[in-house]
Amino acid sequence: MRVRNAKLLFSELKLWTSGRSSWMNRLHDGVSRCGKASFSSCSPKVCVVGSGPAGFYTAQHLIKARQDAEVDILERLPVPFGLVRFGVAPDHPEVKNVINTFTQTAQHPRCSFYGNVNVGKDVSIGELQQAYHAVVLSYGAEGNRSMGVPGEDLPGVYSAKDFVGWYNGLPSCRELQPDLSCETAVILGQGNVALDVARVLLSPINILKNTDITQPALDSLAKSRIRRVLIVGRRGPVQVACTIKELREMVNLPGTTPEMVAADFQGVAEALKDLPRPRKRLTELMLKTALETPGEKEQERRSKASRVWGLRFFRSPIEVLSDPGHHKVAGIRLAVNRVEGSGEGARAVLTGKVEEVSCGLVISSIGYRSLPIDPLVPFDSHKAIIPNTVGRVHQAPGLYCSGWVKTGPTGVIATTMNNSFDTARSLVEDMDSGSLDVSSAKPGSQFITALLENRGVKPVTFSDWEKINSVEVRRGEVNGKPREKVLTVEEMLQLARA
Amino acid sequence: MALAAALRRLAPVALGAFPRRTTAVTLGCGSRLAGTRRLSAGTQPLRSDNKVTIHFINRDGEKVTVKGSSGDTLLDVVINEDLDFDGFGACEGTLACSTCHLIFDEEVYKKLGRVTDEEMDMLDLAYGLTETSRLGCQICLTKSLDGMVARVPESVTDIRQSKDETA
Repeated sequence: MRVRNAKLLFSELKLWTSGRSSWMNRLHDGVSRCGKASFSSCSPKVCVVGSGPAGFYTAQHLIKARQDAEVDILERLPVPFGLVRFGVAPDHPEVKNVINTFTQTAQHPRCSFYGNVNVGKDVSIGELQQAYHAVVLSYGAEGNRSMGVPGEDLPGVYSAKDFVGWYNGLPSCRELQPDLSCETAVILGQGNVALDVARVLLSPINILKNTDITQPALDSLAKSRIRRVLIVGRRGPVQVACTIKELREMVNLPGTTPEMVAADFQGVAEALKDLPRPRKRLTELMLKTALETPGEKEQERRSKASRVWGLRFFRSPIEVLSDPGHHKVAGIRLAVNRVEGSGEGARAVLTGKVEEVSCGLVISSIGYRSLPIDPLVPFDSHKAIIPNTVGRVHQAPGLYCSGWVKTGPTGVIATTMNNSFDTARSLVEDMDSGSLDVSSAKPGSQFITALLENRGVKPVTFSDWEKINSVEVRRGEVNGKPREKVLTVEEMLQLARA
Repeated sequence: MALAAALRRLAPVALGAFPRRTTAVTLGCGSRLAGTRRLSAGTQPLRSDNKVTIHFINRDGEKVTVKGSSGDTLLDVVINEDLDFDGFGACEGTLACSTCHLIFDEEVYKKLGRVTDEEMDMLDLAYGLTETSRLGCQICLTKSLDGMVARVPESVTDIRQSKDETA
């Protein structure tokens, strides 16, 4: 009863701010349906699988839009936030500010976090559907597209996903310890992940040492002998996949100078005028960097640079070459392409010409890939997504999806935020319209925690995570870093249970 | 009125409803890039002659009229007034996202001052980008902006651009 009165008082206060009629209607819906605002046995119970941005943004919107909904977020690792922790580059701390909002969501009385729960192994989707009115799959894209060329299993060839996981402290990538003793690294792919990797490889150690990069990665990078990073794409400058912020960071990266091939930019200036503004500005920055004679100050800066980066266009990998003993990478053979068509839809076509580049490190950054989670959940293995319409999983009532498993592994965090809000809106619409039946009581986390206990799985709660968090922050302070990440699941669990 | 405002700000937290970004710290004016940060709330004088009236049009097309202090950014105002714009200001005013995208009338846009390359870079990723778009975290309130209208763009699924990770 106290809760209800409090909610009504809250709603009166909110009325003064006006302009929120839809929000108010939903609040009253929630109140009238169940007789009280929350914590009711008949409240809609939703389970979100995955605690990255997609999971948290979906939960955030659900909690707000339905004042009676209870949301549980399940996470395989003991620590939350997915790619915000393990994907976002350590020198982009601003992007990680989203964690503050996620933390508020996790601490909301109608939201619970259960880490260390592996959906598909510890608990099945079928069991989740028994316990909850709806299940939202937002488990991301943990696989990666492979190049499919000979030599890609040689030591010295890594997927960008693993390389990023290594410097960001993903427990499964801890053993990677890449050999950085060569002079040239080749990155295949020209998306933002490729540029993140290039930037981390070439950044002065002074810039990295005050970030949350892991200590082993920082030590390795301090000893790195890599002086040249080539970022290779199969199509042309107009099709480059990175966004302008990341390109500008490369252009301005202290201690480095760009090395481009002027011939790659033939006809690009002429194509500029027809491009939409974002693509146009990105292309202009590339053209300026590649072709223009820099001013005096910039010339001086470049002449002092000890490290080099370059974009290489119209090239596809055909074989990773090994040293004579087949012990490690010695180079890469690239097919020379031309582009047919124009704009985003242009296709790379082989010319028959081939060239070789010597290098001791190859990082393939040609895209992440979602994996199927459970035979119950439809999966489009060609597109590597869960087939859906605005987040409603096809032919699977009660199942929803958001984030990269819904759209494919593209977009910045705002993209994921909007697509997650869309999924939450679909789910709320279905509850409101009755097409998702929430009238019968479901046991929610009670059922699942009992089941996990029987199976010997002990979830990590959000307050457990806060213990891990405070240890990480304390360890970081010693070295002037925002945090020193705990690198193994075992230690995370140990700290959670301390 | 001051009491009402204080109550209103406290209400979500005290009553267990969704606590909206009570920890947010945003960049104030004058420090346009990440690095230097300050709390702008509470540091402004409370004299009424420093107040600037802003009319926001929310995603549902409804007008929300609030007052902000000279020197605050539009993102500060949204946070201080606890305005309910979904997902607004995700990076907390550090020029690392485009979620505080606002659209202005042309006359107002001209008064807003120079746009840095870095702001343009983030705007390029905004949904529904227009010729008179700006990021709220980069707009500093001045008396000359009194009565301005700032429209929060609708987020519409089908006009979204996607940024491919692959070339």
